[in-house]
Amino acid sequence: MEQDKYNKFFEKLESYGVSRRQFMKYCTFLTATMGLSSSMVNDVAEVFASPKQRPPVVWLHFGECTGCSEALLRSSYPFPDRLILDILSIEYHETIMAAAGHQAEENLHNAIKKYEGQFICVVEGAIATKYNGAYGKIGGRTFLEIAQEVCPKAAAVICIGACACFGGIQAAKPNPGGYKGVGDALGIKTVNLAGCPPNPVNFVGTVVNYLLLGKLPALDEKGRPVFAYGQTIHDQCPRRSYFEMGEFVEEFGSEEAALGYCLYKMGCRGPETYNNCPIAKFNDGTNWPVEAGHPCIGCSEPDFWDQMTPFFEEL
Amino acid sequence: MGQRVTIDPITRIEGHLRIEVEVEGGKVVDAWSSAQMFRGIEIILQGRDPRDAPLFTQRSCGVCTYVHYLSSVRAVEAAVGVKIPENARIIRNLLHGAQFQHDHIVHFYHLHALDWVDVVSALKADPAKTAVLADNVSDSPMGGTDYFKQVQQRLQTFVDSGQLGPLNNGYWGHPAYRLPPEANLMASAHYIEALRLQAKTARMHAIFGAKNPHLQTLVVGGVTSIKDLNPERIMKFLSLWRETQDFVEKVYIPDLLAVASFYKDWGAIGGTSNFLSWGDLPQGETEPDSHYLPRGVIMKRDLAGLKMADQEKVAEDVVRAWYEKGSAKHPFKGETKPQHGDYKPDDGKYSWFKAPRYEGEPCEVGPLARALVSYASGVKEFKEVIDGVLKKLDIPVDALYSTLGRTAARGIETLVIGQKMEGWIMELVENIKKGDTRTYQSWEMPDKGMGYGLNDVARGALGHWIEIEDKKIKNYQYVVPSTWNLGPRCEKGKLGPVEEALIGTPVADPKRPIEVLRTVHSFDPCIACGVHVIDPHSNEVYKIRAL
Repeated sequence: MEQDKYNKFFEKLESYGVSRRQFMKYCTFLTATMGLSSSMVNDVAEVFASPKQRPPVVWLHFGECTGCSEALLRSSYPFPDRLILDILSIEYHETIMAAAGHQAEENLHNAIKKYEGQFICVVEGAIATKYNGAYGKIGGRTFLEIAQEVCPKAAAVICIGACACFGGIQAAKPNPGGYKGVGDALGIKTVNLAGCPPNPVNFVGTVVNYLLLGKLPALDEKGRPVFAYGQTIHDQCPRRSYFEMGEFVEEFGSEEAALGYCLYKMGCRGPETYNNCPIAKFNDGTNWPVEAGHPCIGCSEPDFWDQMTPFFEEL
Repeated sequence: MGQRVTIDPITRIEGHLRIEVEVEGGKVVDAWSSAQMFRGIEIILQGRDPRDAPLFTQRSCGVCTYVHYLSSVRAVEAAVGVKIPENARIIRNLLHGAQFQHDHIVHFYHLHALDWVDVVSALKADPAKTAVLADNVSDSPMGGTDYFKQVQQRLQTFVDSGQLGPLNNGYWGHPAYRLPPEANLMASAHYIEALRLQAKTARMHAIFGAKNPHLQTLVVGGVTSIKDLNPERIMKFLSLWRETQDFVEKVYIPDLLAVASFYKDWGAIGGTSNFLSWGDLPQGETEPDSHYLPRGVIMKRDLAGLKMADQEKVAEDVVRAWYEKGSAKHPFKGETKPQHGDYKPDDGKYSWFKAPRYEGEPCEVGPLARALVSYASGVKEFKEVIDGVLKKLDIPVDALYSTLGRTAARGIETLVIGQKMEGWIMELVENIKKGDTRTYQSWEMPDKGMGYGLNDVARGALGHWIEIEDKKIKNYQYVVPSTWNLGPRCEKGKLGPVEEALIGTPVADPKRPIEVLRTVHSFDPCIACGVHVIDPHSNEVYKIRAL
């Protein structure tokens, strides 16, 4: 990148209260999270510093709680306003868009026509399939109809969160509405950012990967990016040595809990759960469940509401 | 008959909502509120371990995360008969206080502001004049001509790019927008500042609750984050709280007052009649007596006639909702025979929401209900701030019963609850100093039990009811703020609060009904929470005994 462009960008950043050092630290962290070589740090920085044409994004909401959108909006790196105004072009997103009703519908219609084959479709939420999709409608059309129209026209479909990936909570037994994940409901291949909610850094990593290398990251057999879901929580857990030593918490609030012993006996699902929570942590590296003394509930695994419950029983 | 106007989807809310109004002579003469999604979490809970219920129900909503988690854990604790330690109560209140701060800031700036603020007009503002205006209304640390010039330039670059993204197709230039360009620019700058600030505010949840959204720290009997009761973590919490509270005092409240001064006529639009608050933020073991936010019900705007609210008097009516006809029943006695059908607002069923009633009457819940109940109960801080706001805007008490009053009440309680939090942090510190670090009380799962948790959360009165049998969940029900506020008509034909509030709303241009959005958004609708009730196709009947 040209030097003056860089300087201008850093000046801007500093006016937001972010130092050059903090920004490069974030880019280094993101590059490492994405599993890229450290020589790529400057390229990653450039994606933020001099975005070219902002890639159009259509963000659909189906059967969900909006927690995944919120997770992304509640992270400081990159600032949500940069993501919305400078990096991506969010053509449709019901939670943040100014337009409503007919005008909102029009935005969706125009975006998929104008950017056919080019836009990134992010889906948050599961699709109701029973009773002709009667469980969920937007503008008089069912979730299923909308997904069938929009998803095939996208350059890539990124499922954000357990619901869009695998059906999520509404698909837990007895799954009253016949809710399914997007890939399953439409019979298409999707990038699955699993978790309830997933760590927003993994969403940013996936998008930066796409902007930088022009392709989606490598995925595991469940559609999850390997850079984030390649290892178990257990294998990366800072409390792992307590497990090896046989030092366990057996009651919440106990002395062992205060000392930060292993939560295996409290029902921790870390050994069966693939995710990078111990490394990436949540809310800009503030904390993660095990560090807060709570067992992992396995939220990045398919059907965890059935497979991992009852949560507080030992594996 | 007037002209029918439908807005679907209603955006800048959580979930899928459809609003239909009938406009005659430039005013709304009738209105219908319809929830358009159904998830079924209550049925999914049946037969599961009661300890898991809080984690499941928290997924009702990720915008107002934590609140169902809290209400649910209280319901299970009531059913199993465990009392939590002092520190657990304080930590739960701190998390709840942080939730109020976060939720209301985001609502005001990111979900509601664009109904009052014309971002496109901000491009015409004079940055120097904007700086003077900003200095006059507040002592925000961000300001000055260069700052506003930079924000304006950024908006201009965005508009010039031709990719308008989330700003595309808004009601820009609508005659109902009344702010001068300078006020629009100031508010747009604060929209961006608030977006950054709220990410920090959410970190308070992560400190004692692992992450946000969807915390992982509450357990039946207390909280798990005992290891975080150390000076470093508490100081971090304190500094994030301080930064947020500064923003509330120096930016949010001044903006609220500045914007409100241009829209005083909205102090006579969008009012309702009855108000209910369960109250919350227990300052000791007893409920509701120790609640900082008091419990109470006000009927027909009669503040002097304030009464204690009793959960026994709640009933849910399904005559106009997609369930088989039956009389209105208490959640613990309820029987529900679901029946999906076409959308028939005129004479039939038209929503997935049931219609909760208190002694047969619809009630508004949320910030305005809490402000009125607190005011009528004589809670000192509420009284002072409310009187101050009325004086500053030079409007009568009656103006509170309105869209403007509801929006002001949200800001007022953000300020007042935020002020209270510092004392709780100090209380926690004192306990730790004394050597009391208890965060959990052990207990045993009974074979049978029944309990409920009543809370007042950002969007209003929330109740969870649970019945345990054979150590498993037999039945689970929740009645949430958005069903109270956005529910449909009942058997007696009484309109739900949003429907009532919309009547009389002026609509200058039925093709761009921004005025309708103002009132609907003032309730901060959250649809995913409300539509979790029952399978509409299995025709199962759920019977729950009264306590």
